[in-house]
Amino acid sequence: MPQGVLVFAEQVDGSFRKIAYEAVSEGRRLADTLGEAVTAVVLGSGIEGMAGELGKYGADKVLAGDDPALVDFAPEAYSNVLLDITKANDPRILLVGASSLGKDLAARLAARLGAGLAMDCIALEVDGDTVSATRPMYGGKVLAKVALEGVPQVAAIRPNVMEIAEVPKGGDIEKVEVNIGTPRTRIVEKKLEAAVKADLTEADVVVSGGRGMGSSDFSLLEELAQILGGTVGASRSAVDEGWRPHSDQVGQTGKVVSPSLYIACGISGAIQHLAGMGASKYIVAINKDPEAPIFKKADYGIVEDLFAAVPAIIDELKKRKE
Amino acid sequence: MDIVVLLKQVPDTEALIQIADDKTSIRTEDVKWVINPYDELAVEEALRIKEKDGGKVTILTVGPERAVESIRTALAMGADEGILIDDPAARGSDALGTAKMLAAALKKTGYDLIIAGQRAVDDDGYQVPSAVAELLEIPQIAMVIKEEIADGKITCERTVEGGTMVVEADLPALFTTQRGINEPRYASLPGIMKAKKKPLTNMTLADLGVGAGEVGEAQAKCKIHDMSFPQERVSGKIIEGETAEAKAAELVRLLAEEAKVI
Repeated sequence: MPQGVLVFAEQVDGSFRKIAYEAVSEGRRLADTLGEAVTAVVLGSGIEGMAGELGKYGADKVLAGDDPALVDFAPEAYSNVLLDITKANDPRILLVGASSLGKDLAARLAARLGAGLAMDCIALEVDGDTVSATRPMYGGKVLAKVALEGVPQVAAIRPNVMEIAEVPKGGDIEKVEVNIGTPRTRIVEKKLEAAVKADLTEADVVVSGGRGMGSSDFSLLEELAQILGGTVGASRSAVDEGWRPHSDQVGQTGKVVSPSLYIACGISGAIQHLAGMGASKYIVAINKDPEAPIFKKADYGIVEDLFAAVPAIIDELKKRKE
Repeated sequence: MDIVVLLKQVPDTEALIQIADDKTSIRTEDVKWVINPYDELAVEEALRIKEKDGGKVTILTVGPERAVESIRTALAMGADEGILIDDPAARGSDALGTAKMLAAALKKTGYDLIIAGQRAVDDDGYQVPSAVAELLEIPQIAMVIKEEIADGKITCERTVEGGTMVVEADLPALFTTQRGINEPRYASLPGIMKAKKKPLTNMTLADLGVGAGEVGEAQAKCKIHDMSFPQERVSGKIIEGETAEAKAAELVRLLAEEAKVI
């Protein structure tokens, strides 16, 4: 009889990603509805010490797969291990965080389990035997409610959306044997920024620049983002101009973000951009064109040249900090 | 080298999407249909590999009759032939069902390399390429911004949070494209003329050897039962003020005291 919620908790170099806490918290909420248990899974090398932390967010049990071969999140090796764990635990629901590697992991697992998968979910509920998930489609223009069938039901949850809640449970650690099998892909190099900035999809504050930036000099926005503890993004126009890397693009053909605060500087607000940031809690638009469509979506608008407004905002924030 | 591109036809990203009366699909009238932007990158990358190493580029699509237009566009860009899988019994398939059809077709066509977009911008599902690779039991590398093929091996740089990773695999393999890998070419006029004579095959489930009981809506384990629009954002305040400084001060006050986000 399938039972309980199994949650994959993503960690990088010995720290859990925020999505790991979000996933365990969401797992707890679903398990409470079912009256069943939450089992978290942590994979990595030298991770046994950190695994217990998940008890704080509601994991009854934490399975730790600790092996030097798991040092990097290689979706293939991880999916081999997680497949074994899933089969051994026979959960009703499997939750994975929809980070870029998490999406990869979830898709492989679902295919191998022959299971239904709802990708990039922003809300989940249990309805009898099925998980009902809300997920954006068409880049966020539409919200679809999907019903999953079969066992297990797999949901990958969008980062930065589900609430993290401290619900202390046992969090007993159980070591699991891992067999990574013979992966068909090999990681030969990692090129990660030394001080890993929060990824756009996980950032609490995003400061984005568009065509109004006029050049690749985004130092003003970098400064504003730094003061706010945020991350810099860009519109498609700015990326197409070559001012920012593709990885910074917010929109339907880039990243879909949902920070607490999104500040759009010199962005007019094309449909595909609005789709990508429309789920932000608060939107600020700064644009010298009062007719720019972005103002229709913004909570606060400033009609002003961004090169006048942004330095003034930076000064004001500095004053407030003193 | 036999390269197969998995291509989907989707509504243009600038299009307004309207929900159909059944509340489980979108209205397809008046929609401008285009090649999924990520798949366009896949077509371009396939053509570049072919131009360098020789070979053949096949476009493989699951979709209704209208998807032929998108296949023709890819042929006009320079692909060699197209296959459309269209069968009434296949409608309503979920990602795994779609992948089963694609994998069955790939077994028939043969392949050294399969390229797909990292996701289709309609379903935003991110699943079909992974499922195809799993069904074919071949290596797959997602979200690739750079690739190099040599000595039967492919080396790809893929994006991850905070940077990239370089991953290698033996061919045959599947990879998915991420923005930044290339700038797709436009179809030239001679290309469009030539495309009209290029082979385009229709395949049904029977041609694929896939049973109607294996795919389609009845087999789907992920089904849409309702669609709605996200809550419409109401336009908020335009902050008034004599100077940029005055507006900035008011904004910061509102963010701190009203929105409480800083």
